[in-house]
Amino acid sequence: MGETRIGRLEASPANPSKTRPTRYAARKKIFPKRTSGNFRHFKWLVMAITLGIYYLTPWLRWNRGPFAPDQAVLVDLANSRFYFFLIEIWPQEFYYVSGLLVMAGIGLFLITSTVGRAWCGYTCPQTVWVDLFLVVERAIEGDRNARMKLDAHPWTARKLVLRATKHAIWLIIAVATGGAWIFYFADAPMLIGQVFTGAAAPAAYVTIAVLTATTYTFGGLMREQVCTYMCPWPRIQAAMLDENSLTVTYNDWRGEPRSRHAKKALPAGQPVGDCVDCNACVAACPMGIDIRDGQQLECITCALCIDACKDVMDKLGKEHGLISYATLSDYSANMAVATAGGSSTVNPSLVRTDEGKFSDSLAHFHIRKIFRLRTFIYLGAWSAVGLALVYSLLTRERLELNVLHDRNPQFVTLSDGSIRNGYTVKLLNMIPEPRTIVVTIQGLPGAEMSVVGIDLPAGRSFAVPVEPDRLKMLKIFVRQPADRLGGAAQTFKFRAEDKASFEADEYTATFSTPEIAR
Amino acid sequence: MSDEQIDDISGVSTTGHEWDGIRELNNPLPRWWITTFYVTIAWAIGYTIAYPAWPLLHSATKGVLGYSSRNGVNNELAAAEAGKGKYVAAIESKSLPEIAADDALREFAIAAGGAAYKVNCTQCHGSGAQGSKGFPNLNDDDWLWGGKAEQIEQTIMHGIRFASDPDTRLSEMPAFGDLITADQIAQVSAYVASLSGKVKDASLIEPGSKVFAENCVACHGDNAKGNREFGAPDLTDSIWLYGGGETAIAAQVRGPKHGVMPAWLGRLGEAKVKELALYVHSLGGGE
Repeated sequence: MGETRIGRLEASPANPSKTRPTRYAARKKIFPKRTSGNFRHFKWLVMAITLGIYYLTPWLRWNRGPFAPDQAVLVDLANSRFYFFLIEIWPQEFYYVSGLLVMAGIGLFLITSTVGRAWCGYTCPQTVWVDLFLVVERAIEGDRNARMKLDAHPWTARKLVLRATKHAIWLIIAVATGGAWIFYFADAPMLIGQVFTGAAAPAAYVTIAVLTATTYTFGGLMREQVCTYMCPWPRIQAAMLDENSLTVTYNDWRGEPRSRHAKKALPAGQPVGDCVDCNACVAACPMGIDIRDGQQLECITCALCIDACKDVMDKLGKEHGLISYATLSDYSANMAVATAGGSSTVNPSLVRTDEGKFSDSLAHFHIRKIFRLRTFIYLGAWSAVGLALVYSLLTRERLELNVLHDRNPQFVTLSDGSIRNGYTVKLLNMIPEPRTIVVTIQGLPGAEMSVVGIDLPAGRSFAVPVEPDRLKMLKIFVRQPADRLGGAAQTFKFRAEDKASFEADEYTATFSTPEIAR
Repeated sequence: MSDEQIDDISGVSTTGHEWDGIRELNNPLPRWWITTFYVTIAWAIGYTIAYPAWPLLHSATKGVLGYSSRNGVNNELAAAEAGKGKYVAAIESKSLPEIAADDALREFAIAAGGAAYKVNCTQCHGSGAQGSKGFPNLNDDDWLWGGKAEQIEQTIMHGIRFASDPDTRLSEMPAFGDLITADQIAQVSAYVASLSGKVKDASLIEPGSKVFAENCVACHGDNAKGNREFGAPDLTDSIWLYGGGETAIAAQVRGPKHGVMPAWLGRLGEAKVKELALYVHSLGGGE
């Protein structure tokens, strides 16, 4: 048999595996290293305050007398009332909540335009709970290196126990988080007993289950994925930041060229920046990014890289602030200095004097940069909404009168020729105390009222008791004698008055008469 | 438009879609995202198996859970009916004054009566019970057959001039066109009109009163205040079923119209009739 030679054809696949793009990327595990420093301390403090507010608020008591609940903050859905310390809100006063949301929105603009994504970095529930879950993870599995080792290790009894413990504690936190939420909607001390005896409403258990699932999934499993892929705020921040907003910045102008071999490079006459490329900032980052790549949407500006880098600078005996809160305008100015106006790559010798101190030509952040037209407009709008809310709260009526004129029929001719109109009158007693309200009609000569279901002689005024914190609906007939009739539609006033507090409200109504009678 | 290339800044390939120089980066999706997407598809398919979904030629798949929105409505209606049951039973067994004395029962009865009114009574009496020519206004204080709740109940139960009900309210005004002269009719019409308003020719009133005394007082009474025993209307008030002018009165004297109201007891049952009576009584004219 002769050897068969098979020639190679000139062919290649359209999608060679080497260059084929990845369609779906698995999550890269992130093992943030523990840091210590001012920002870490500040974050502990914020975490304690925010978690404290969340878990403890429903347990605060506030005495409102015998006719209203004594829970300081309560969303009473069954009776459609919202209680917040001194303030009680009825459904039609929901604009107070809208006002607070407007203030929260403008407040977010204000904060972001001055100190960047402080909301993301310090107070967002996602950040706070991830931080809390990381505390648990570190306590059980150890810090970054131990966790990475454990993760790479094959499954052993020890790994199983550690992982099971961690997830169990996470679940307990998650249940407590979901559990705390429901106490805002019912009397907390009573509800907690019901929850444990199985007597609470199904909605309570469903709420706990849903919030447990989201807390466990978002805080324990998804973490940075929530910020990067699910939250819209990182996309909005670009519009909120400007060149005078503080944001966590790696200062290339003193860090570059980064080098791990400064001792060799310096005598060789090569320029060397302050960054020793130790990756401490990357290891500390809970988002798993490298801040030295510049501002990016994944960065929540938690500032833990500042703390991590500060420790390294201390060891090297260099100034703090290689990574720092800086504005884009300062950064750009300093970059111009370091690159001689952009004509070269960064040359660290340009930012320092011969003695090794920073040059005087460098820009530093000054507090006045916070006070600029934009932030004044935000602050003004924020304060205006706030003052309007406070003013409206202080002057709002706690006794309201609403009148609905019967439309079908608009008027009724009675046998003596007088004309009767019907009105549905609603008296709103918006304080948690019983009151006696005097209802009077003003104008409409000769007219008298009678009230359905209340046995009173017809007259121009009557008193009626109204239950605390309730609406009383009355059906009132107003009758005007034939010889006193005015035009087609006469206006007159209903007046409701509390004779004890002199609080009163008026409503202008119309009285209709048929054509024949006039 | 579709020119795949590598983006200079990010080093990521583009989808080839470009809008005004902005190219869409072809970043990989997170795997959890695509997994969630597939789970929602699986969920949707499971949903269509569990619940009624796929349309067939004349019906649709029933779904293995046996859910039906029609059954859901029926169950809710049955539950609502059961909830009303104790009120309806109480209304059936109690008398009108007893029902009126019980706040909760009265409110229920008036609300239920209002609903029944909308279905059965608006055709003649109008949606606001304001009536129209020939159909009495139920809001006012003028009652042909009595405005007490029991009297209203009686009227609703057996109707008025409703031939097939032996207990119906019955009366008939003679057609005076055949009994008295045209002059007498003009005189008596002027007299009746004068009781509640002005007339054109006051000289007719005096002879008219004589005609009235001879022919009308038997039913309408000496003082023309009417008589509820016969449903004879009060002729002195401002309320006129067929119009209050001299012409309208003359037409009614000559050849009177007689309204008919059906008896409702057989159709609606005792409880509904009581509810309707209380509702009508509550409109403002009840006595």
